This record gives sequence, C-alpha cells and structure tokens, in this order.
Amino acid sequence: MEHGSFTDNSAATFSLTDEDHTIANAVRFTLNQDPRVTFCGYSIPHPSEARVNIRVQTTGDPAREVLKDACQNLMLMCRHVRSTFDKAVEDFKASNAVKAMKIDSQDSSGDDSEESE
Amino acid sequence: MGQLPPHLELQRSRVSCNKDAPIHTESIQYSGAYASMGIDNSSRLDRFSNNFRVEVVRLNEDDMEFDMIGIDAAIANSFRRILIAELPKMAIEKVLIANNTSIIQDEVLAHRLGLVPIQNDQPNEKNTIVFKLHVQCKRGSPRITVKSDALKWLPNGSELVKETRNATSDSSSKPETYTYFCCSQETIPEFVKNPIIPKYPDIIIAKLGPGQEIELEAYAVKGIRKTHAKWSPVATAWYRMLPEVVLLEDIEDDLAEELKSKCPVNLFDIEDLGKGRRATVARPRACTLCRECIRGDDWEKRVALHRVKDHFIFTIESTGALPPEVLFTEAVKILEDTNA
Repeated sequence: MEHGSFTDNSAATFSLTDEDHTIANAVRFTLNQDPRVTFCGYSIPHPSEARVNIRVQTTGDPAREVLKDACQNLMLMCRHVRSTFDKAVEDFKASNAVKAMKIDSQDSSGDDSEESE
Repeated sequence: MGQLPPHLELQRSRVSCNKDAPIHTESIQYSGAYASMGIDNSSRLDRFSNNFRVEVVRLNEDDMEFDMIGIDAAIANSFRRILIAELPKMAIEKVLIANNTSIIQDEVLAHRLGLVPIQNDQPNEKNTIVFKLHVQCKRGSPRITVKSDALKWLPNGSELVKETRNATSDSSSKPETYTYFCCSQETIPEFVKNPIIPKYPDIIIAKLGPGQEIELEAYAVKGIRKTHAKWSPVATAWYRMLPEVVLLEDIEDDLAEELKSKCPVNLFDIEDLGKGRRATVARPRACTLCRECIRGDDWEKRVALHRVKDHFIFTIESTGALPPEVLFTEAVKILEDTNA
C-alpha cells in the first residue's frame, strides 16, 4: 500500500504487510545508497502487527520508482552474493578433496596396512 | 572516488572498542555523507561486486564458518534473520494418539515428537510425511526407553482407519484413513535411495514401564520458524565482526611479557630481536573483546582494539535437514524473491 499525495509523488510512505526488519532494514540500506534519496527510514508501528512502513523522500523522482530500483539493487546484490558464495564453497570443497588425497597418499606410502583393508 | 582522511576512514570502517565503551558503532549508509569533501559514498553495484568476497573457513555436514567481506551489516543481518526464522523445514505437527498408557502425557509426548529433526532433503508442501510409532513393554520385562529410531516412516500414508458415521457405506472400497495418498511416497524419485528417517536415532522420546504401550501416528508438515521453533532449520546462525588489534607503539621486554600474560586467549606472541623482545599480534581472530589488554595505566595508548565493520565471520549450525551451505543459498534466494 502506498500513502502519498497526488500532486507531489516525490515523497511517499509504503506500508508492507507480512514483512519485518529482515526486508525493511535491507531496503533502507539500499535506498540510503541511492543519491536521489533525501530521506528514508522505516518503522514498525506495533510489534504484534506484521507490518512495516517505509518512508521515502526523493529529490524529485517518483518515490515509487526509487523504491523499485532499491529492491532491484538488493536483488542483484543477493544474486552476486549467492554466486560468490557458491563458488567459494566449491573451491573449498575442491581444495579439501585435494588435501585429503595428499594425506591418503602419504599414509599409503608410509604404512598401507590400514588403508588397504 | 577520493580518499577520506585517515581519521574519518577509521571511523567509517572500524568500530573502536575503548575501555569504557565501543564508539563509531553505526555504519555510514547515506550516499551523501561525505559529499562536502567531494567523496561519493553511494554504492554502485559494480563497486560492490568487485569488493565482495567470501572465504570458507570450515565446512562439514552439520556446520560451517565463512568470512563475508565487503557487505553492510543490514544485508548480513537479513541473511541471518532469514536463516533463523524464514527458511522452511519439515517437522511433526499433528499427532494422532491411538493408545498411550505411559506416564508421559499425550500433549508432552506430541511436543517432544515435534522437536525431533527429520532428515529430508526436499521440504515439500505437496506431501505430508507420516510416521508410525508403536512400542510396547511386556509385563514382567524390564523398562524400555523409546528412542527416535522407533519412528517408522509410512510411505503409503496413514494406517489408522477412520470410523465412518454411516454404517451402510460400501464395504468393498478401501477403508478410509486419515490421509489420501494417490501413490506411495516411496515411488517419488527423491525418496527411492534415501528413505525418510529422523536425523539422529538416539533421541529419547519416552520411557515405558512393564505393561505400558504407546501407539501413535505423527504427521510432519512444512513450516517456518516464525510459527514454532521446531521448524528452525538451523540450531543457530550468527556472525561477528573481524577483530583487529593494533599495537600503537613498540611494546618491548617486560611490557611485552606483561601484555602476553594479560590476554586470556593468548593472542600475542613475543618475537626475539636479538638484543630485546617485542610483542606481536599473532592471532587477532581469537580476540573476544574482553578488553583485558587495555585495562590499567596507559595501556589504551599502546594497544587499540577495532572491529572491521564490513568483515563478518558467519557461522551456521544446521539441525540436519539440509547441509549448511545449501541453507545459506536458500536464504539468499528468499531475500531475492521478496524483492522480485
């Protein structure tokens, strides 16, 4: 839900249901990084109600578009995190497999009584 | 982008842990924070992409530790929150108790069953997992302990027959049970090789005395931790910022010895210079921020404790449904999807 004015769309409050700090704080971060934003913040009006209000004020661009861009940015960041993480895990597993192989070969060259059985 | 003067760069990128309290704990997010100095603080995606790194420290079946470098606390915390509260998992939700003559009450027993982690790689809302538990302690025999391996998976669904109200119902049709499975779950490709079992076989569920019996059916469904802790896919997930210990001046001889003995986690080493000894920082990752090393006269002038704001040491402990590296990937996907 969007609360704003018809004449000036550069400032608006967005009310998201079923969301909490998890998304709101992350979106606030990406919004803050956007040079078009003059102010942004979020609040949870009541702790037992699953709702966050995100306030966005911009230098002139429609607040809605700026928020969309922020979400888009966050999504792309996540995508990058995921690919980087997957690659790091893969590399770690690969290097560990190599290490294990080396230990095995050292063991088998020293005494292979346990390895062969 | 220009360079910030060193004192501002320190404020921006480090938390200074002083004797009384940590300072500069906030992260400077606003894009125009340093606009008056001609420095752009806004984050461009390509800049983030170039700086972001992940380094895996430890990884095994149950837990992992990795470093996330070049990310803001807001995002790292979102990942942590999703891992804890929003990742779905299967857990026993409904228990039909046919018979329970043991001393453990029905509701307590059901609660205990709910907390048993189930090994299932495919949390799937389409199918319920049904377990049967039927144990009896014969009269005259010693007491027995019911452990989680007594839970037997029923791939064909419930075996308890429903009592039908109209007695004239068709006797030739299959008796009505509590589930409507069109086919056996054993034929689902994912379950052919690895049948569904509790992750640990030795979790004590109940104890039975002679003549006591428990007969029940338990239904596991998909859920998230927001609803109940039994759906948590992680035992816990946490991060801490990388500690950084800086020696502001050369600490030599007796002072070096004193510094080394001050630290309870043995963070410092002493190197021999030939004509003297000097303290060095050997294991900064071990720092617990107890601030023992800056206690006492003038020590704050010799040693500075920092935390690196964009370097997170992330630890994930899985409860066993999914390996930790998959959990993290799923968590990032969830955050991605909420923005899509």
